[in-house]
Amino acid sequence: MAVLRVQDLVVDFATRQGNARVLDHISLEIDEGEILGIVGESGCGKSMTALSIMGLVPSPPGNITAGSIKLDEREIAGASSEQMRTIRGNEIGMIFQEPMSSLNPVFTVGEQIAESVRLHEGADSRAAFARAVEMLQAVGIPEPEKRARAYPHELSGGMRQRVMIAIALACNPRVLIADEPTTALDTTVQAQIFDLLEELQKNRGTAIVLITHDMGAVAQLADKIAVMYAGRIVETGAVDDVLSNPRHPYTRGLIACVPHLQVKPTKQRHPLLEIPGVVPSLTELGEGCAFSPRCDRMHSKCLQHQPVLETVPDTGDNSHRVACWVTEARADDV
Amino acid sequence: MTIAETPHMEPRPEHPAAQAWRVFRTRPAALFGLLLLVVIGVVSIIGPSVYAVDPFEIVWAPLTAPFQTPTAPLGTDYLGRDILAGLIIGGRATLLVGLTAALITVSIGIFIGAFSGYYQGWVDDVFMRITEFFQVLPPLLFAMVLVTLFSPSLVVIALSIGIVSWPATARLARAEFMRIRGLEYVSAGRSIGARNGRLIWRVILPNALAPLIVSATLTIGIAILFEAGLSFLGLSDPNVMSWGLMIGGGRQYILDAWWVVTLPGVMIFMTVLGVSLVGDGLNDAFNPKLRDR
Repeated sequence: MAVLRVQDLVVDFATRQGNARVLDHISLEIDEGEILGIVGESGCGKSMTALSIMGLVPSPPGNITAGSIKLDEREIAGASSEQMRTIRGNEIGMIFQEPMSSLNPVFTVGEQIAESVRLHEGADSRAAFARAVEMLQAVGIPEPEKRARAYPHELSGGMRQRVMIAIALACNPRVLIADEPTTALDTTVQAQIFDLLEELQKNRGTAIVLITHDMGAVAQLADKIAVMYAGRIVETGAVDDVLSNPRHPYTRGLIACVPHLQVKPTKQRHPLLEIPGVVPSLTELGEGCAFSPRCDRMHSKCLQHQPVLETVPDTGDNSHRVACWVTEARADDV
Repeated sequence: MTIAETPHMEPRPEHPAAQAWRVFRTRPAALFGLLLLVVIGVVSIIGPSVYAVDPFEIVWAPLTAPFQTPTAPLGTDYLGRDILAGLIIGGRATLLVGLTAALITVSIGIFIGAFSGYYQGWVDDVFMRITEFFQVLPPLLFAMVLVTLFSPSLVVIALSIGIVSWPATARLARAEFMRIRGLEYVSAGRSIGARNGRLIWRVILPNALAPLIVSATLTIGIAILFEAGLSFLGLSDPNVMSWGLMIGGGRQYILDAWWVVTLPGVMIFMTVLGVSLVGDGLNDAFNPKLRDR
């Protein structure tokens, strides 16, 4: 049973350069207790997907033009702002990229966690504060009683991100959206936060949408993956299928870009790989595949027709789908 | 978890106000200003019961210079009323008008600025046009008209000063709200389901407060000067003794009896100086760049 199902979601932004289609027929599905990784470069629509689900697309200029977002069969795309308000924080929680700036500097972290509980459960301040302490404990903060009375600037980045997670999970949401939760943190702290997310997902059965450009984290944590490019999903499927047998040149490029750690430095180092070019401007997308200008395997059809997501043949459960005209599997040449 | 996280230890969480005080108390000028205000405040509050002379009562010959008679140590005004008594009790009205006017200024300013800066769009357009309308009116003239239209009572004077001086505060509040509403913790607040009202008053306002407190403090000084200015022009409540009233009454005798105007003038000067020094000190105290020195 899917907790969250996004179908053919289209989001347009009115810009001075014309209409920008920031999300173009996005379809996602996530079950209870699953982790879905959304990967892609900056500006490909990952965060916009998150904001759409939260009902926080800045409008104007943004607008959900078509499609549906269903939370437990309940349509939430186009729900009233009051309805969305009761869903946000209560049924869908969100963690932001910058734990440094996502906490309100003038209130203690305990007050901020309690705020969410008070808003949704009408708890009195004593009960809400008790819950805050409980949540701090759950996210692995030592001395939660004392930490609850600390101000954000007194905590380290990793601790602050734990607090953000505690705020997002305080009301036990069904879905947690983590928008690049570790980008601003040190590598060792990143690992701790990922471990924490995995642990919480196991204990609470929260479905997690993990937005990241860390392919390593996706490989380790996620059950499913969606690769986005220029507002579209170009490849999706079970993580193992997609990473071991990537079909889209962009997915292969992203995998190839992950630097390899060489324990013994040799004279000959592998050069770091990159995908040439940049994400095209969304107002200047032509007829064909948006990735074609950067693709090393482009042929004439790619310039004329937009490829559609199609099931990759000979995979186990038919969940592996890719939008590319060049579908011959040649994973070995990556 | 394999690697233990070393928490950043601090002996005790420090409230932002406590941090501000830590900087404030290192500024001698600010402390001097605070001392001035405390002395003036205490004298205004308990002074009249210690030196119980009616400031409207005629006690000696008119225009007696200071130190001539123990009955009126600082001399008498043009009616023979005790100047010292006036100075002591006159602070009440002056401070009251100053504080009330500043409160009105800041309340209107924050209200208009908050909605303008938060909602933007047409709300901002409407509120800013109103603000500009009030901004282009010459403040002293506008206040004089208001006071003349109604009676020159303390309430009307405080209201008039508040009404003519809120636009600057509104613009400051608006700028702060526009800056803060784009910050991530506001989005974070929205993402846990906070309403607009909550975001405005509970999330953004506390963070916008520092510059507004500084501006409010300085507004008190401006309001006191304003009140004195109106009094000088004869627009003050004749039934309530205030420093402004004393100056207004004595202005014809300024060449023959300097004390009648100068002594209340010095009081106003000291009060405004105290308010300004405290305002500057608060400005430093709320400046995050200076806070952690």
